[in-house]
Amino acid sequence: MSSGTRTTPFAITLDVGSSRANLTGSWRTERPQYARLTAPCGAGCPAAEDVQQWLYHAEEGGYEAAWRRIMERNPFPAISGRICYHPCETACNRAQLDAAVGINSVERFLGDQALAKGWQIEPAQLLGTGGRVLVIGAGPSGLSAAYHLALLGHHVTVRDMAPAAGGMMRYGIPKYRLPREILDAEIQRIAELGVDFQLGAHVSDLIAERAAGGYDAVFLAVGATLPQRTYIPAGSAARIIDAIALLRNAEDGSAGPPLLGRRVTVYGGGNTAMDAARTAKRLGAEESIVVYRRDREHMPAHESELMEALQEGIKVKWLTTITEAGAGEITVERMELDEHGYPQPTGQFERLGADTVVLATGQVSDLSLLEGMPGIELEDRVVRVDGNMMTGHPGIFAGGDMVPAERTATVAIGHGRRAAHGIDRWLRGETGNPEWGLHDSASATGVGPVPQTAQVPFERLNTWYFSDAPRTVREQLDAIRRTSTFDEVVLGLDEANALFEARRCMSCGNCLACDNCYGVCPDNAVVKLDPPGAYAYAFDLDYCKGCGLCAQECPCGAIEMLPEPI
Amino acid sequence: MFEQIEGSQAVARAVAACRPEVICAYPISPQTHIVEGLSRLVKSGRLAPCEFVNVESEYAAMSVAIGASATGARAYTATASQGLLYMTEALYNASGLGLPIVMTVANRAIGAPINIWNDHSDSMSQRDSGWIQLYVESNQEAVDVHLQAFRLAEALSLPVMVCMDGFILTHAVESVELPGQEQVDQFLPAFEPRQQLDPEHPLTIGAMVGPEAYTEVRYLAHYKQMQALDLIPEVAGLFEQRFGRSSGGFLRHYRSDDAGTIVVALGSVLGTIEDVVDELRDAGEHIGAVGIRTFRPWPADEVRAALAGAKRVIVLEKAFAIGIGGIVSQDVHGALAGLPISVHTAIAGLGGRPITKASLRQLLADARAGQLAPITFVDLNHALVDAEIQRMLSARRSGPHAENMLRDIGIVGAGPV
Amino acid sequence: MSATRLKYFQTGSFAAGNRLVDPDQRSVQSDPGRANAITCGHRACQGCGEALGARYALDAAMRATGGDLIATNATGCLEVFSTPYPESSWQLPWIHSLFGNAAAVATGVAAALKAKGNTHTRVVGQGGDGGTVDIGFACLSGMFERGDDVLFICYDNEAYMNTGVQRSAATPPAAYTSTTQAVGDEPGATWGQGKSVPLIALAHEIPYVATATIADLRDLERKVQTAMEVRGARYIHVLVTCPLGWGAASADSIKLARLATETGIFPVWEGEHGDVVSVTKIRHQTPVEEYLKLQTRYRHLFLPARREDIIERIQARADRNIARFGLLEAADDDPLDLQVEAGS
Repeated sequence: MSSGTRTTPFAITLDVGSSRANLTGSWRTERPQYARLTAPCGAGCPAAEDVQQWLYHAEEGGYEAAWRRIMERNPFPAISGRICYHPCETACNRAQLDAAVGINSVERFLGDQALAKGWQIEPAQLLGTGGRVLVIGAGPSGLSAAYHLALLGHHVTVRDMAPAAGGMMRYGIPKYRLPREILDAEIQRIAELGVDFQLGAHVSDLIAERAAGGYDAVFLAVGATLPQRTYIPAGSAARIIDAIALLRNAEDGSAGPPLLGRRVTVYGGGNTAMDAARTAKRLGAEESIVVYRRDREHMPAHESELMEALQEGIKVKWLTTITEAGAGEITVERMELDEHGYPQPTGQFERLGADTVVLATGQVSDLSLLEGMPGIELEDRVVRVDGNMMTGHPGIFAGGDMVPAERTATVAIGHGRRAAHGIDRWLRGETGNPEWGLHDSASATGVGPVPQTAQVPFERLNTWYFSDAPRTVREQLDAIRRTSTFDEVVLGLDEANALFEARRCMSCGNCLACDNCYGVCPDNAVVKLDPPGAYAYAFDLDYCKGCGLCAQECPCGAIEMLPEPI
Repeated sequence: MFEQIEGSQAVARAVAACRPEVICAYPISPQTHIVEGLSRLVKSGRLAPCEFVNVESEYAAMSVAIGASATGARAYTATASQGLLYMTEALYNASGLGLPIVMTVANRAIGAPINIWNDHSDSMSQRDSGWIQLYVESNQEAVDVHLQAFRLAEALSLPVMVCMDGFILTHAVESVELPGQEQVDQFLPAFEPRQQLDPEHPLTIGAMVGPEAYTEVRYLAHYKQMQALDLIPEVAGLFEQRFGRSSGGFLRHYRSDDAGTIVVALGSVLGTIEDVVDELRDAGEHIGAVGIRTFRPWPADEVRAALAGAKRVIVLEKAFAIGIGGIVSQDVHGALAGLPISVHTAIAGLGGRPITKASLRQLLADARAGQLAPITFVDLNHALVDAEIQRMLSARRSGPHAENMLRDIGIVGAGPV
Repeated sequence: MSATRLKYFQTGSFAAGNRLVDPDQRSVQSDPGRANAITCGHRACQGCGEALGARYALDAAMRATGGDLIATNATGCLEVFSTPYPESSWQLPWIHSLFGNAAAVATGVAAALKAKGNTHTRVVGQGGDGGTVDIGFACLSGMFERGDDVLFICYDNEAYMNTGVQRSAATPPAAYTSTTQAVGDEPGATWGQGKSVPLIALAHEIPYVATATIADLRDLERKVQTAMEVRGARYIHVLVTCPLGWGAASADSIKLARLATETGIFPVWEGEHGDVVSVTKIRHQTPVEEYLKLQTRYRHLFLPARREDIIERIQARADRNIARFGLLEAADDDPLDLQVEAGS
């Protein structure tokens, strides 16, 4: 009934929906605004993976899209999905709700899917502007740099002393953690981008090599392969070997299986110590004991590695140092921690049977090829670099274990990528991001740090909306079987579990299109956009009264309330 | 077709012939026989389609009628006395919303003291409720006016109250000509609501209106009711044309054309008055009567015309406004403003007290003798109230106003003014 | 009872929607084509729980009836903020008559429809707690016992907010209102008063009674849907937050409703023909204090001195609800759970 022909009573009877003439937006003192913030997983990822974003695709079953999002940052999803110590999960806000999202296992699922389905990365069109870059070292850092440089359109040559690419991923990480066909397959993908691999090749004079090859830039990623010697008084009959040597030997097998004897003592408390102890067991040692000078709380090895080792029958002697090694036995001293957590001798000694002592007390980088190079600055036996990973020598970049950072494959992968972008910018004459420190997290773009204000603390989330869904624990090989073989210990998730796990993501700081804001607005002031624009929704400020319910009830903390501009 | 029938049953039959679609019923004497009759008609299927809703109160009765009417159904209910008061809030709402509900009020006194017998206190208390109020003199007129009420209500989109004297009419069995269904169907067109709750054409009914428009809304309500002053005689005329008898309209004139004294009254008492008029006419007095059939809206022009030739008007009322006096009298005064006519109020028949011819003759004799007070309480037991007043006065001295008023109505020692 | 609660993995059933499920499994409120039975421009306060609850309920009823719905409304906030001349926020046929007669007017509408042979158009009556549990109670009870084909929805914000926060029979003990001032030994609303109209409705043995809150949208929508699948008198009692009357932040409206259920203060259940047939289990049991301390109507329990005795009494009352309705018993599989498989 239009008002023109109205026969209805004046004023008492009204046309429907006529209140739209009353613009209640004028009541507002605060206005909501959608935000795209950095989730802690992404901020915590040394490889700068935008974890939340790839989980978003995985949640909807878009596995290839998810994988491609990972591949934008990290060429090794299947590898990282196995060996990464997943700081993303440590940072994951869901850990404060029930258990962190099993990001790592989803990553592995995606990486394995890619290998199974043969998903490929299209090589970049090599542009005339592409530079020539020499990468020294085919470990995670060097390979990552090579991959990103290739995608940025540069000619890349990777050189490594070892007969096969992979660096510590091949020669330091045992097969039972990283099957070699996975490693090979993900490296092969990089080779297919046109990267030139020169293996078994040593570089001794860097400046000469650079000039001879006409390389515009060099990325150094030689790792830390030299054992850091710990002095142990030892008799001539004592058998002492390095963990790195043990692991390398177990890998290439060219020298035959290492002769360890019945009882093996591994000295050290890091992940290498765990790997060495578990490898020793697989090589036939009946008794594999880790001797560590501090306690469990102070142990640098990752909890998961320790747990798996303990399950396999590895024993750990805490608060103990080896004071002397002899034939078939060692002398150890009991330690106690002082108030600063440092071990102090107690003078209590005992003897332990040990046919072999494996030293896993750290590694250092072989920096001999940098000797005499102008501008190179060392810091605590590693090379100082800026936020673009460039050393003090123009055009010489470095990353991975040879620069001051945590020594993990994932950190190295991140370095490789930062270096690739740094090199690319440097080749184009740009100065980079001086404000970006080496240890700052990468922002969503991956080429700059995360602003503090863009991070999402747990309190910002409204976790009520997330189903109670404890994480899916990956299957593990039966302990007895695994101690005698190098079969992969931790198995992957099947699709249902991977999907479940992906859907546990709380999408911190990023809209997951749950429609809550659209639903909870008492003023119908949230508009659902079809197709979505920058966001899936928009605020109708003509009617929004600024109550803040949308922000409060946003599960993800992706809505901010800002003071209304006056 | 004439039938010997109780007034209530006749009304039930008349209402049923109007094909109401929703009837709300809550028992209160003396209205109950009407809805009982309708209940039987609905339950037996003789009145269909129709929903007969046994509600839990008169407030609910009117509220259900409001909902039904707003949904486009012809809605009817009946009540009396306390019931009418209990639905007061809803009465104003029904008229404010402009819903054409028809309701029979079987007029009855209101308490305290509780009294089930007839007077007009109930409906008179609702004269400002925005409802059209029609008063009937006989059961035949009750039947006829209900038919007209539905037509009026729906034409104007206003609720109509048909007031008939409780017991005197509702419970009286007499010969009534009941209309045939076909006749009624021809007289009463189908209900076409001005506004309707309809999902096809949604509307908001019952908005809140503030100072910016409330006056206009009330003015328009008044204007709308005043339109009935055109429509009521038209409908009555149509009725007479179709049914061959005169019923309804504004006034009933009884030998009043040349009367020097005219008695004005509402409802069934007119029959007694007319008998007395006849007797006094036979005795040579110039006396007549005028019955008010339409009390709201107030047909002031017609009242003035009807009474203009008289010297004396006595308004006989079955209700009064405590603290001032007559109710209808005030309106008659207003209608006669400027004319040299003395208007007297006679309060009679309260709480069912019979109004006898003897009492009326006495009243008129007093008038003829110039001894009629401005307000007379017919058949008041003076001895009783005087004694009670003396008792009250001895206990606590009342103020001069109360005494003056009592003096005015002839209770405290004084003679006629 | 049909199961519609979805286990979303990611967001629980409590969010309005989810891009991972089919549109028909999403809530009505997530539908871009929802009726918006009460639309923009209404004059409810910021964060009004009643505006939200009314839209939730009526949009669900609109979907259930294909938009073939008529609403009646008691006097109160909802009526006042939605229909001040010259603007109405309603988009369905709607009538306001009086404070106490919304249920009876709804009866009249239903009777009219029935008389007209209209079996498709459905009727919803609505009121606040005053218009339902107090002044409208007789009409409501009458409607129930007659079995009129009406769904009545009470939006309970626990006091007369429209007139300035006066106490109603739904005001909880110890709560400040302007007629139960926070003074004296027993500040706030008197203990031992008030009534549960949902339980009274149940005692009428009508086909369907349910309680719900604005914090559990899908539960509320399911209950409205269920109610619309039934004929006869039905009743849904929805707890709606009043930021003004409760002295709470406008952004906390839903949170408070959630806390009311998680503490046991407001039990959420449904009944059929006189029996309680299901209850919504508490998910994370929360002490009542968490609920009380967000509302200035309970400020006198904490300032100037903490009234442990009163807080304990309120806790005991919540605990009684928990025991009485079995709100904590191990939830079997939530009857509302429905696993959603991977979309392809």
